[in-house]
Amino acid sequence: MRFAKSGFVVLLAASIMWLPLVALAGETLDTVKARGYLIVGVNGGLYGFGMPDEKGVWRGLDIDTGRAIATAIFGDPDKIKYVALTTQTRFTALQSKEVDVLCRNATRTLTRETELGLNFVAVNYYDGQGFLVPKKLGVTSARELNGASVCVLPGTTTEQNVADFFRSNKMSMKPVVIEQNTELNQAFFAGRCDCLTSDASQLAGVRAVAPNPDDYIILPEIISKEPLAPAVRHGDEQWRDIVDFCVLAMIEAEDLGITSRDVDEMLKSPGPDIKRFLGVTPGNGKALGLDDKWAYNIVKRIGNYGEVFDRNVGINTKLKLKRGLNAQWKDGGLMYAPPFK
Amino acid sequence: MSSTQVANTGLPDKQVPLWRDPSKRGIVFQVTALCLVFMLGYWIFSNTQANLRRQSIATGFGFLSKEAGFEIGEPLIPYSAADTYVRALFVGFLNTLKVAFTGVILTIFLGVFVGISRLSKNWLLARLATGYIEVLQNIPVLLQLFFWYGLFHTALPGPRRSLNPLSGIFFNNRGFYFPLPEYHPAYPAMAAALLAACCATYILRRWARARQDKTGRIFPVLPVSLCAIIGLPLIIWLAFGLPAGLDLPHLVGFNYEGGFSFSPEFGALLLGLVLYTSAFVAEIVRAGIQAVSRGQTEAAISIGLKPGQVLSLVILPQALRVIIPPLTSQMLNLTKNSSLAIAIGYPDFVAVANTTINQTGQAIEGVALIMVVYLVISLVTSAFMNWYNKKKALVER
Repeated sequence: MRFAKSGFVVLLAASIMWLPLVALAGETLDTVKARGYLIVGVNGGLYGFGMPDEKGVWRGLDIDTGRAIATAIFGDPDKIKYVALTTQTRFTALQSKEVDVLCRNATRTLTRETELGLNFVAVNYYDGQGFLVPKKLGVTSARELNGASVCVLPGTTTEQNVADFFRSNKMSMKPVVIEQNTELNQAFFAGRCDCLTSDASQLAGVRAVAPNPDDYIILPEIISKEPLAPAVRHGDEQWRDIVDFCVLAMIEAEDLGITSRDVDEMLKSPGPDIKRFLGVTPGNGKALGLDDKWAYNIVKRIGNYGEVFDRNVGINTKLKLKRGLNAQWKDGGLMYAPPFK
Repeated sequence: MSSTQVANTGLPDKQVPLWRDPSKRGIVFQVTALCLVFMLGYWIFSNTQANLRRQSIATGFGFLSKEAGFEIGEPLIPYSAADTYVRALFVGFLNTLKVAFTGVILTIFLGVFVGISRLSKNWLLARLATGYIEVLQNIPVLLQLFFWYGLFHTALPGPRRSLNPLSGIFFNNRGFYFPLPEYHPAYPAMAAALLAACCATYILRRWARARQDKTGRIFPVLPVSLCAIIGLPLIIWLAFGLPAGLDLPHLVGFNYEGGFSFSPEFGALLLGLVLYTSAFVAEIVRAGIQAVSRGQTEAAISIGLKPGQVLSLVILPQALRVIIPPLTSQMLNLTKNSSLAIAIGYPDFVAVANTTINQTGQAIEGVALIMVVYLVISLVTSAFMNWYNKKKALVER
């Protein structure tokens, strides 16, 4: 009798082992809809991109991107939960399905796209790496930084780029590598290192919250290309398309001249492009698996790319960043959305 | 009982059926359990591999020979961003060993001192030691690390305005710089002389012990051996003509170069870990000393031993039996707590491995490496301490 029992257990275990591992296409969208809210991985400490303000409300370019995705799925940008991630944990959190999408100013690179099993979608900010130094050092160019102590975040393209830059210019450096944004900035302001290196937009954000912003300058050299884009996991094409076109919808809205204020009048516009975009002519939403008014909702609740940029990082904010590479293609920038048809 | 049953059924002893023989039944269950564990392990492993393949995440240890691409702040061996991940991880490993080794030695000295102080008859010393222990045991170690690191930031000036307590010594918020003697052929010879003096001291001690056991005459080992240990290298130094060249630290551009230095990260980590762990070691030492019965102390005093001799000849040898096993745990704790280095920027093994995981995406291999390294360090430490414990065990009659 006991032998039969143990034999049964053995058979059960053996049968469990052969259960197929099923990968369903579209499972991320179904999971998110069933859960009722979107989980977005964000920075948590970067002014202008992803940081709670003094009242605890999350603000930033990446935050608005995440809210656009939530609006496209649920019609409500507040059906969302933010998870603050460090540079060490951001990719593993996405790989292990702790977050549905990563909107965390991550640079798109070949290794990340292939070996980490991630897919980067449309770029939502074109950036480059620079150096922030205190004025009293008397340094005017990055090539004068031989032997300097450099504050940098671990596990970033920044870390690799600065090592390459110093090597190719035959200079030496002493890295100071601290995991948390806030601790790293504190070390820089306390004088532990001579310069802070990061994406130029991050440097503007750091300087904006410095104890005395006018004592610091960003050196003129931009030493790398940093296309910052949201990322999703490999294996779910429908989810990738949704996130991709949510980002592109904001860019296309600006190209078509639609803002959050006049989107309701634009519903009556006769232009075929605008009618297809806003869902007056149905088809786009259904192709993505979303409601047909998905793009209308995004523009109405969040705004177009220009509004999002001006609100978070534009000239009227503490960052004072110009559109530069992030202007529309008609204005000489790189923001270019494919046709929405 | 079973033999009569077997006899009744007419079967000989050796042919008891499988399900009625307890020992054979036991074997079957154990083999089945082992098979189940192996099958579970295999299922977990193949499931993980299938998931990784489905998400096209790279697997295997091939990444170790790729170029690292990042710099490390305080390499003990020459290292640059063009070296492989293996070398980067090795640099991190050496940094962990540096902190662990230095930390353990300092902790033991400080812990023993504070533990004995707490039992002292001097009221002030005892209260100070108690305060030290109570405060440092109860604050989380990460907060203590942040505190020391923040203190170094605020208290120390920038390199251009370094503190200069003595000529050649500089303290600033980039590090603590000390002059180092320049290389001269005298120094290896002095090191050899020191080693020879230490060996001679060891032999002298054994000979003096044997002579004391046989004849009762005490030989002044301590003064003689001190003379040898200090005197022999000194004679060599004089013979070479008193070489006194110093490699002084000097300001080059942004930072000081030259001499011997350690960074505020290393200093804060060492200080925080040593102070925290020594509080626990002090309590262990106190427990060990109090475990020795009062009668021993009284008997030792009554035969005329001085208090220092009572402690070193009678109490401590017996207390060590109680002290050594928990002391091993505290040493392992210190080693593992050194992985908090990443919070204050010291490039230890976990910090370098984390960066590697981030850049290659191979979290499972990276974490497995971290586990293996800490397991090896811990096992070596506890093996050494267990050997020492056995040596110190009192041989019962």
